Amino acid sequence: MTETAVPAKRAALADHSEGMAYLESLPRRLVTLYLPLGIILLVLLFPFYWMALTAIKPDDQLLDLERVSPFWTWTPTLKHITKLLFETQYPRWLWNTMFVAVGATFISVVASVLAAYAIVRLRFKGASYTGGLIFLAYLVPPSILFIPLSTVVFKYGLFDTPYALILTYPTILIPFSTWLLMGYFKTIPFELEECALIDGASRWQILTKIVLPLAIPGLISAFIFCFTLCWNEFIYALTFLSSTPNKTVPVAIINEFVDGDIYRWGSLMAGALVGSLPLVILYAFFVEHYVSAMTGAVKE
Amino acid sequence: MADVAIRSNVKQPSVSFWSRLQANRNWLGFWFMLPAAGFLILFLAYPLGLGVWLSFTDAKIGRSGIFIGLENYEWLWDDNVFWTSVFNTLLYTIVASVVKFAVGLYLALLLNENIPFKALLRAIVLVPFIVPTVLSAIAFWWIYDPQFSIVSWSLKHLGLIHENIDFLGTSWHARWSTIFANIWRGIPFVAITLLAGLQTVSPSLYEAATIDGASRWQIFRHVTFPLLTPIIAVVMTFSVLFTFTDFQLIWVLTRGGPVNATHLMATLSYQRAIIGGQLGEGAAIATAMIPFLLAAILFSWFGLQRRKWQQGESND
Repeated sequence: MTETAVPAKRAALADHSEGMAYLESLPRRLVTLYLPLGIILLVLLFPFYWMALTAIKPDDQLLDLERVSPFWTWTPTLKHITKLLFETQYPRWLWNTMFVAVGATFISVVASVLAAYAIVRLRFKGASYTGGLIFLAYLVPPSILFIPLSTVVFKYGLFDTPYALILTYPTILIPFSTWLLMGYFKTIPFELEECALIDGASRWQILTKIVLPLAIPGLISAFIFCFTLCWNEFIYALTFLSSTPNKTVPVAIINEFVDGDIYRWGSLMAGALVGSLPLVILYAFFVEHYVSAMTGAVKE
Repeated sequence: MADVAIRSNVKQPSVSFWSRLQANRNWLGFWFMLPAAGFLILFLAYPLGLGVWLSFTDAKIGRSGIFIGLENYEWLWDDNVFWTSVFNTLLYTIVASVVKFAVGLYLALLLNENIPFKALLRAIVLVPFIVPTVLSAIAFWWIYDPQFSIVSWSLKHLGLIHENIDFLGTSWHARWSTIFANIWRGIPFVAITLLAGLQTVSPSLYEAATIDGASRWQIFRHVTFPLLTPIIAVVMTFSVLFTFTDFQLIWVLTRGGPVNATHLMATLSYQRAIIGGQLGEGAAIATAMIPFLLAAILFSWFGLQRRKWQQGESND
């Protein structure tokens, strides 16, 4: 008995997500899936392409849109970038930003590790309330706090120093990374700590020798996310720093490249591009950690 | 004989008060919490109270203020610019959040499909969120330039318009331009978080619904969306919060905009307090943000919480 072979359009059933793929045909997917996705990706990425292109375009092509198509340049130049790095204080600003970011991140991660361990494992009296309070602290936005904080910073004599930022950024970073690390610590089985306790280890030894090595992915995620948040912070840096050599990249870049009403677009874009590079490089190496930081904390 | 052995003085190991204290979880908990609590109390709780106090004084930069009661608030009540900023903030937040939610959800649904290079696409989608806001705002500043905007150039070359669009120079144009920039920046966060939530939905539910003859819209409305509401609640709470208190984007693009058209409460507070020197008034504007924030947070949190019937139990 011959069986008419039904042309099987089923995709390979490697994982369950393809189980209903036989319902979709390629032309239909093209219109409902790939086209909108392509449009959205184009809109999301175009500003970066434009930023990078402007940074390497020679000056005469920047402002004259009629002669050549602005979407490409056949004579790229590194003049803007070299001018940025060698003739302005940009390297100093980069150093400031890095210094502040690393310092604040380090302090925050250390404080959060201790706090998260205390809330999740030590479970001291009132631990759940403290956890709730820390979560609420994340909801207090910097735009409300910057005015009183400026008076506090001034009173302690920290105005116009990077230490003003290193001490105030943890208020934004600690709540989030504590929350994140609480989630990670909860996944470490308590039996390991019980064994260590029975063997006579102190809590500090348990933390440093057992819990921390197991939570390294979480620590990396917390570090990267805090580092990114430090680079992204603007209003505290704008309020607490005033002299040009002390500024961080986000603050300096919007003031220093504008002579009156002449915007030096090439240098501006070069500055924006170089400023984005550290974060993008870090991101490229640690994408999974970044995504798990964002989604892990939100999923609680 | 045996009772002598039992009664012989077996020396109990003496546990000192100090070592027992060291193992006491409350004692340890206190010390472990100290760094984090120290930072948060010194630089968050205290300034929060100080800010509310400052709003009741007439402090200026350089001299501390005297208590003047509700005078700052009375002054603001009659101030047109203040009410414009409230209107701008509400418009900005509501429009941007709704569009971010809609497009973010749509993008998450698209990314959830079976497409090649899914991990790479997901990584690319997140880039606008990674790059510091100020730097991408500068790129938008250039794109929105009144003379050299690439958008104006493209539209002119396509023959759709005849003269350059003044993106940031007219009130309503500036409002829509800044809203668009905010949406552009916020979509990745919403999309990636919702994508993570979508991936927790078991495919067997979709298959069961398809067997029962549900269309794609019905599947979305009755299977996907209800299961997503907890994550939507969290994501939208954060999104609304950060949009309402946005400062960077507006400050870089328009500094408050043509004739205060894009001033948000945060930027107005900065302008009055730091540039104008009126700390008390700026603090009053900042404190005025708090009730709106609380309302938004409570709405998102309680309105979209997980309902028991979603888990198969009866409603309470």
